[in-house]
Amino acid sequence: MNFDSLLWVLLLGSLLGLELIGKVPPTLHTPLMSGANAISGITMLAALTAIIKAEPNSPLLIIGSISLGFALFNVVGGFFVTDRMLAMFSRKPTKKNK
Amino acid sequence: MNLPDIIKFVIDLLAVLLLALGIKGLSKVRSAREANILAAFAMLLSVLGLLFYYLGTSGIPAQSWAWIIVGSLLGSFFGTLLAKKVPMTSMPETVALFNGFGGMSSLLVAIGAFLFPFNVVAKAGSLEPFINDVSISVSIFVGAITFSGSIVAMAKLQGWLSTPGWTQVKARHFVNIVFGVTSLIAFIYLISGNISSIWLLVIASTLLGIGVTLPIGGADMPVVISLLNSYSGIAAAAAGFVVDSQLLIVAGAMVGAAGLILTQVMCKGMNRSLISVLFGGSLSAQTTTSSGSGEYTNITSCSVEECALTLEAANRVIVVPGYGLAVAQAQHTLREVTKKLEQNGIEVVYAIHPVAGRMPGHMNVLLAEADVPYEQLKEMDVINPEFPATDVVLVLGANDVVNPQAKNDKSSPLYGMPVLDVQEARTVFVIKRGMSAGYSGIKNDLFDLPNTSMVFGDAKKVLSELIGELKDLGVGDK
Repeated sequence: MNFDSLLWVLLLGSLLGLELIGKVPPTLHTPLMSGANAISGITMLAALTAIIKAEPNSPLLIIGSISLGFALFNVVGGFFVTDRMLAMFSRKPTKKNK
Repeated sequence: MNLPDIIKFVIDLLAVLLLALGIKGLSKVRSAREANILAAFAMLLSVLGLLFYYLGTSGIPAQSWAWIIVGSLLGSFFGTLLAKKVPMTSMPETVALFNGFGGMSSLLVAIGAFLFPFNVVAKAGSLEPFINDVSISVSIFVGAITFSGSIVAMAKLQGWLSTPGWTQVKARHFVNIVFGVTSLIAFIYLISGNISSIWLLVIASTLLGIGVTLPIGGADMPVVISLLNSYSGIAAAAAGFVVDSQLLIVAGAMVGAAGLILTQVMCKGMNRSLISVLFGGSLSAQTTTSSGSGEYTNITSCSVEECALTLEAANRVIVVPGYGLAVAQAQHTLREVTKKLEQNGIEVVYAIHPVAGRMPGHMNVLLAEADVPYEQLKEMDVINPEFPATDVVLVLGANDVVNPQAKNDKSSPLYGMPVLDVQEARTVFVIKRGMSAGYSGIKNDLFDLPNTSMVFGDAKKVLSELIGELKDLGVGDK
């Protein structure tokens, strides 16, 4: 991919992000922050690429693996904790057991 | 383009679309939970797309598989463990920790890519190696700031770190400028081919993250976390340039931009500007001396019994929960009290200030956890006109958000902050441990008003006693 087309991708992605959330009810500030935070763990793709492309026995394997671990901690934990919060909102007051 | 390229391209497009829909859905109450699952699915899809792409093209060596499995299992396991175990009251520091680890991941992968290059196709005279180095440097710089800033934020929210007085001196700006300039110099050396300056960049930007976050007071911390969350998106986008992935760039840029908007929304709710949050230091440390504005002169304190008697006679009660309630973890006990009142035919609603709890929206989560019906939670603009028609207001561990100074006193640092007009109600009970000031460190004029009575004690203890008193009065025993 050319550098200039990557820059276009960056620009359009940023504009999309600015438009995506206009008005957020205060109720959702915490879950939205936590959910967006989980998505930022997308660096796991960079870590995966590094591990796959690393030479055999290269220290890059270990660095990549640690990086992948940190990213997945962020991603998996982030989505679970967001779901835990949001589950409480969607719970119907009439149904006690769920 | 051959087949694996096309498949990967389609999967990446789909993942971006789902991520965008996910972020969008997360900003609406109805769709939020599904949106979160959608985003998680998009992430899974992107990983599978990447793995299948390499399986179909260059192949994935056995050694790589081993390290992938070790890294993902450990990360997912501990992430899940923390997510499932952490109490809802500790949500702010949990988000900070997750965010810090995301920054650490970008930092590490950038260091790895620099020391052991795996992606540069050096064409003579092309710009690519240079761009590669710039992307790596940006990734290191932003990743390190995100990591150290988030860890400091977490430690402060957890109470492991306080805001020491020396962090408030003006000289801190000078120190941070030194860290910033050092980072910049290391940055320039790095992209001009001086490999060893990578460590200087790592150290200087880590210190910069600490130096900027440390002086910021607890009340402003959620804004900082939101901003650092935005940074971690930028770090991811920079990493996308390193590994040449449009998906990473788009997703990172979206999170970065959305995080900025959310930060702005939060600042507005607290009547703070981003600049004053970042460079203004701790509000309480500044104002304790300048705006203590005298002692309390007209405090009425009352017993739990009196409070119960007044509640029993009321028709309409508004509960104002705040930070203190979250700290005392008293939301479940509060729910028992309000259940008793409701059984007696008393109307109970909760007034939720936009920044109630330990971060915006946190109180809604805590009350939802305690099974409070969603319809009983009223936002500030809805509830404010209703205070004059209310018999009793119970203020539980909230302070600055009910301070009338914000409306009446132009000289007050709180002036202009949106507050709940609790003083309009017939009777106000403030349940509080002592006379200490709130986050802002400013005297609360509400406590001096004739219709305000203080009930001193820990929120949870007072509420349990209140349940006992209400029982003695025969409230809610039907």
